[in-house]
Amino acid sequence: MIEVHLPGLDLKNPVMPASGCFAFGAEYGALYDLNELGAVTIKAATLQPRFGNSTPRVAETPSGMLNAIGLQNPGADQIIKNELPRLEKQKVPVLANIAGSEVDDYIATAKKISRHPAVNALELNISCPNVKHGGIQFGTVPEVAAELTYKVKAVSEKPVYVKLSPNVTDIVAMAKAVEAAGADGLSMINTLLGMRIDLHTQKPVLANLTGGLSGPAIKPVAIRMIYEVSQKVTIPIIGMGGIQNADDVIEFFLAGASAVAVGTANFVDPFVCPKIIKELPEKLNTMGVTDINELIGRSWKK
Amino acid sequence: MIQEDMRVMAHEEIADHIFELKLQGQMVQQITEPGQFVHVRISGKTDAVAPLLRRPISICSADVKSRTLTLIYRSGGLRTGTELLTHTRTGDTVDVLGPLGHGFPVSEAPAPARALIIGGGVGVPPLYGLSQALAKRGIQVTHVLGFRSAKDVFYQTNFEELGKTFVMTEDGTYGRCGRVTDLLETVPFDIAYACGPTPMLRALEQTITDKPLFVSLEQRMACGIGACMACVTQTTDPNDAKGYRRVCCDGPVFKAREVEL
Repeated sequence: MIEVHLPGLDLKNPVMPASGCFAFGAEYGALYDLNELGAVTIKAATLQPRFGNSTPRVAETPSGMLNAIGLQNPGADQIIKNELPRLEKQKVPVLANIAGSEVDDYIATAKKISRHPAVNALELNISCPNVKHGGIQFGTVPEVAAELTYKVKAVSEKPVYVKLSPNVTDIVAMAKAVEAAGADGLSMINTLLGMRIDLHTQKPVLANLTGGLSGPAIKPVAIRMIYEVSQKVTIPIIGMGGIQNADDVIEFFLAGASAVAVGTANFVDPFVCPKIIKELPEKLNTMGVTDINELIGRSWKK
Repeated sequence: MIQEDMRVMAHEEIADHIFELKLQGQMVQQITEPGQFVHVRISGKTDAVAPLLRRPISICSADVKSRTLTLIYRSGGLRTGTELLTHTRTGDTVDVLGPLGHGFPVSEAPAPARALIIGGGVGVPPLYGLSQALAKRGIQVTHVLGFRSAKDVFYQTNFEELGKTFVMTEDGTYGRCGRVTDLLETVPFDIAYACGPTPMLRALEQTITDKPLFVSLEQRMACGIGACMACVTQTTDPNDAKGYRRVCCDGPVFKAREVEL
């Protein structure tokens, strides 16, 4: 009833934590069995270790939060050595997010990470707004995004999902460009670029000045973009942006998503993913829906 | 660590904008050290989205027998949102995640050691539970507690019951006038524990260099369990294997000079 099948990802349910909100699964794995999840999306891997930005790295906003972590991670080699073996012992599929400053970083990281048996698919991060070089620079011009996608696809041993930035004027053009370059799927949306200013210091709250806005505040933006993109591409979309409960999951499916990722809500309720997975069949029953796949894009399908 | 709707047993303002909240629940049995904290959903226990994030509040003291823990927090401040919490009444429930983090190492002070406990403002509460635990082990405790002004002072008599207590105010409206660091030379001690504003902790790290000192840090947090990497701080040792610590789960208590302040 809630099984979904995407390139490289056979999911017993369509709910996975979003990259960057779940580290490498150890902390949440101490609270519940990760095999309950549809998949696990791990925090972005870069070729070299990154410490990330100075603190404060988070600031709360109305119904949302800004973060500027800055892709802190121990680097691809350490992730392969210390994190992926732990996930390999689990049955849950792994979507591995990769990021970089230069095209060559992405290629080298994709080669290493995609080869690992624990990894079922890559998520190409061309949308991180919190690093000075790379990240979103690859995600705002369709030709640039397409070229990177093409090169990563050429070296990746696993399907590649491209995670799109909402900080563009034409999201459909971005999606079509990466689809044409060979992307197997899309993840959308990453965070929206934002800022908060402290009235006392009269300066931006975040040390990085700007950060990525996430949480319920951005859900309508995500829904709108998935609604638009899903009508113009044939590859599946993993939808994300402010999902908190089963109703939100269904809304994303209606917009055109084929699976969903839960991000910020994990911080509010660490048990939110298993809760949503439990709620989802009950909710579908009340709607008279026997297979969640029926709902994909129903808001625009004739 | 569990998530629990804890019952409000008592809730009152004990100083200017400073509230004492007593909560009852199973989680109390999991508390292992003074200085641990809880992550509180201040908007209540519903699906409310504003304020979205939980607030980390240190555990002041805990009583396993009555399954009660005491929190002391400041309401208001600049958009902290904690004023919402002041509306909860006895009998209400509050959604709490905890206990979280690593607290003060009580066993590092072998009796009959003399412990110096230094607190500043809303950094004072976790030191009360610490002092109780130390006193129980037969350790002589001395407290130096700093507040901004007379209206901000709380828990003086509670601390006095456990050991000698010096209260200081920055403006001299109560107790001695000055800062907590002014008194250090006059108090003999073997080990020190501190919680308070970062400039105070920094000054203590510079002053107390020949005896063990443990400091409890404050940092903006999102998840509170070590996953989001929001509350990281760099280690002072550049050769440290990780190079950073997460305040929420590696701390909030650290050995002096272990991390950058």
